[in-house]
Amino acid sequence: MARAISTRRKTVTTVVAWLVALIIFFPILYTIITSFKTEPEAIAGISLIPSGTFENYIEVQAQRDYFRPFLNSVVISLGSTLIALLISVPAAWSMAFSPARRTKDILMWMLSTKMMPAVGVLVPMYLIFRDTGLLDTRTGLTIVLTLVNLPIVVWMLYTYFREIPGEILEAARMDGASTLKEIVYVLTPMAVPGIASTMLLNIILAWNESFWTIRLSAANAAPLTAFIASFSSPQGLFWAKLSAASTLAIAPILIMGWFSQKQLVRGLTFGAVK
Amino acid sequence: MKLTTLLIGLCSASALAFAAHAETLTIATVNNGDMIRMQKLTDDFTAKNPDIQLQWVTLEENVLRERVTTDIATKGGQYDVMTIGNYEVPIWAKQGWLLELNNLGADYDVDDLLPAIRGGLSLDGKLFAAPFYGESAMIMYRTDLFEKAGLKMPEKPTWEFIGEAARKITDRNAGISGICLRGKAGWGENMAFLTAMDNSFGGRWFDEKWQPQFDQPEWKNTLQSYAELLKDAGPSGASSNGFNENLTLFQQGKCGMWIDATVAASFVSNPKDSTVADKVGYAIFPNKEGINNHGNWLWSWNLGVPAGSQKAEAAQKFIAWATSKHYTELVAEKEGWANVPPGTRTSLYKNENYEKAAPFAAPTLEAMNAADITKPSVKPVPYTGGQFVAIPEFQGLGTTVGQLFSAVVAGQMSVDDALAQAQQVSVREMTRAGYIK
Amino acid sequence: MATRQTRSLARLMLAPSVVLLLIWMIVPLAMTLWYSFQNYNLLNPVMRSFAGFDNYRYFYTDPAFFESIANTLAIVVGVLLITVIGGILLALLLDQPIFGQGIVRILVISPFFVMPPVAALIWKNMIMHPGYGVLADVARSLGLQPVDWFAQYPLLSIVIIVSWQWLPFATLILLTALQSLDEEQKEAAEMDGANFFNRFRYLTLPHLARAITVVILIQTIFLLAVYAEILVTTNGGPGYATTNLAFLIYRTALLSYDIGGASAGGVIAVVLANIVAIFLMRAVGRNLER
Repeated sequence: MARAISTRRKTVTTVVAWLVALIIFFPILYTIITSFKTEPEAIAGISLIPSGTFENYIEVQAQRDYFRPFLNSVVISLGSTLIALLISVPAAWSMAFSPARRTKDILMWMLSTKMMPAVGVLVPMYLIFRDTGLLDTRTGLTIVLTLVNLPIVVWMLYTYFREIPGEILEAARMDGASTLKEIVYVLTPMAVPGIASTMLLNIILAWNESFWTIRLSAANAAPLTAFIASFSSPQGLFWAKLSAASTLAIAPILIMGWFSQKQLVRGLTFGAVK
Repeated sequence: MKLTTLLIGLCSASALAFAAHAETLTIATVNNGDMIRMQKLTDDFTAKNPDIQLQWVTLEENVLRERVTTDIATKGGQYDVMTIGNYEVPIWAKQGWLLELNNLGADYDVDDLLPAIRGGLSLDGKLFAAPFYGESAMIMYRTDLFEKAGLKMPEKPTWEFIGEAARKITDRNAGISGICLRGKAGWGENMAFLTAMDNSFGGRWFDEKWQPQFDQPEWKNTLQSYAELLKDAGPSGASSNGFNENLTLFQQGKCGMWIDATVAASFVSNPKDSTVADKVGYAIFPNKEGINNHGNWLWSWNLGVPAGSQKAEAAQKFIAWATSKHYTELVAEKEGWANVPPGTRTSLYKNENYEKAAPFAAPTLEAMNAADITKPSVKPVPYTGGQFVAIPEFQGLGTTVGQLFSAVVAGQMSVDDALAQAQQVSVREMTRAGYIK
Repeated sequence: MATRQTRSLARLMLAPSVVLLLIWMIVPLAMTLWYSFQNYNLLNPVMRSFAGFDNYRYFYTDPAFFESIANTLAIVVGVLLITVIGGILLALLLDQPIFGQGIVRILVISPFFVMPPVAALIWKNMIMHPGYGVLADVARSLGLQPVDWFAQYPLLSIVIIVSWQWLPFATLILLTALQSLDEEQKEAAEMDGANFFNRFRYLTLPHLARAITVVILIQTIFLLAVYAEILVTTNGGPGYATTNLAFLIYRTALLSYDIGGASAGGVIAVVLANIVAIFLMRAVGRNLER
């Protein structure tokens, strides 16, 4: 009896959950569908079955090469993530395990740097980049993205590291492990899920950063955010082509997100779980 | 031994010199149809100039403008050739930011450029950018709907006639709006249209002392007629329709009339994209009864070179190619005469093939010749321009005022409120910029 | 001894990120402060001079200034309300046993991966367009007049788009927190005959408090700076209906090219953001201490 009720309940929740999920996913789904329609089809009213043309993708590629911006996006988001991790793992570590009186303040101050509106400092930044020769280089964009996301990375790692019980450390110390050994053999394995999900989150944020990446690049370093900026509002019918370009711009990160979903979720707590 | 080394050294040096000679030009362009066509045809250029390579930065209009302006003003040096409007050219040339184009080649024939366009790109008789295509504005209307309603488009229609006709053609059940006009906020969107409309109503942006004129009856008439016209005969969502949205509507047969840039003519009459291609008529931009002014709309997209460019010679070579008669012929050969970039050269409008292929050629030329950017209004003004005012502050100011006017179309603000606020904002900006002492 | 050694090592490890962030914050901030006292228009570089407090006075007397602050707060509060409440409901739903849980979760978190300009383009053209949008099609098939979203409800439209982007983030964090809730506690409460709402009110919600504060904190940081969505959809209009502080600064910097004014705006925004931050820390920080 109880079992029947629970199965029925499961069915009902399943239907509701799927319905909600599909509504939330619908804008993306519809964009993907539209990208396989012809232009007149795209504006002919709602329909979920496209005629299946690849014309839009061919035309988008003919109009602007996809692979170079794609490669740039990969390089700068991976690069900035790695550098950010290299800098912030030790920082978060020290804050979590040897908190000083000012640790909290330093953290909050780091976060507050993110609240500065980017556009207010565009011209100063542009001048600095011009003088250092970093305009339109992947190096330049990597540096900026590293700094933009550093506060979030430090904070996320800090909150994760803090969850690691101090007793383990004590035990290791009793055994006479040095600080270095303690880090390498005891703590790192425990910290891996947190680092992994921080890395994933940072890749997503870096991939989608669309202020600095457009403003500080031209032809050589332009990533996919700039790619999409060449497809919004051209002349004539553009719904299907825009959909194709949008699909191309978000597909890599979407697929990465889908596959790494479990890892992303595991560490994405920001200290919210006790 | 030493000789060989020297020889090898010389060889590699010359190889280096050759490599250095193979230049890469970075070209910033806007993402509209004609520019994208040009990108596809550049093989012709690189075949003739194997030592020059081309690299494109294609961006949506607003982002492009933002990028090139920041770059040229800070001397960032990211672009060798920039696509800019005739709004920017005189302002930038005055700052000494643009290179004078005096090396376009013997067969370029500068005198063939339409005088109105050339005038807008010159300062003190020197040319600072070469026009890629040019446009004015005119009425595009559906001949079948006019016939059905028993209307005939006069040779010089007045706003009164346009208002009547638009309301008569409107058929909400069939989804047909009598008239489609720009409503989306922006100095290059609704304010381009409204400034031209105000010109044709006898109004102006500023008087001789740079006092804004939104408190004058002309602007009130303009905004009132515009808002009422869109309310009675415009499409739904008019306040977010710009050039492109209206183009789509017209191509889908949803508009009886559309008053906009002349380049649109080649899109609405192209059977590949337009469902009403064979039913479009053209007429000159309307005016208010008794006022001899047809808006003075004049726009061109041009190619310019930043001053101090290291690749000035190659850049001019490219510009000469892209804006030449030869390029026109190349497009005609590959894509047909109707698709050549219009509005830059007199010779094009004397070409029989073009006239045959492009029924809109004569009205376009007429509209362009009627536009006079040195005298936008029938009243005296301290500025040049047409559908814009050629001062650096206009982008910001025009967009702010455009937001207010688009709120009127959206039904969120009254005409009087919008005008009062526009006046206040303009006085403020002009005072800050030092025009009003 | 060991502790002192650990301490100095800790400082050493902390140093790089602090120093880098210090540079990243101080250098642009110093330049912004400097420019904010200059008459500096990018298009008219000859007219550069000392401006005193003119730029500040000019920026805060902008007719859009107070509305833009109100809009900024409206966007932050609106999005937070939708994402937190929606996130709790979604998390509760996804915490139930359902068929195809993995796929459902993937679908729900997908919007988080979409870059802001693309999200705005999709919503503007595919979903909310009064002529060709899906919502208009649905309205028409029901015999209703399609809603012209960006003209009739501009600010709400922006809030909806931004909420759609952030809902997955809130859901994920809340869901992780929910799953850490002790099964035994839940069962005990059930045994005691507590109904669903009581269980939620006295057990689940207190347990989620930390997660909710985290969501609020992180999202606020990003929401204060929303501008791409506005630029793509409404351009701050109609009127000033969707002009927030970030967009106002954008307009001053990249339409008027008034670097002095934009810098002053940037300084004002930083000050306001810090006020919000202090306020948040007070409220949120305490919650995190527990």
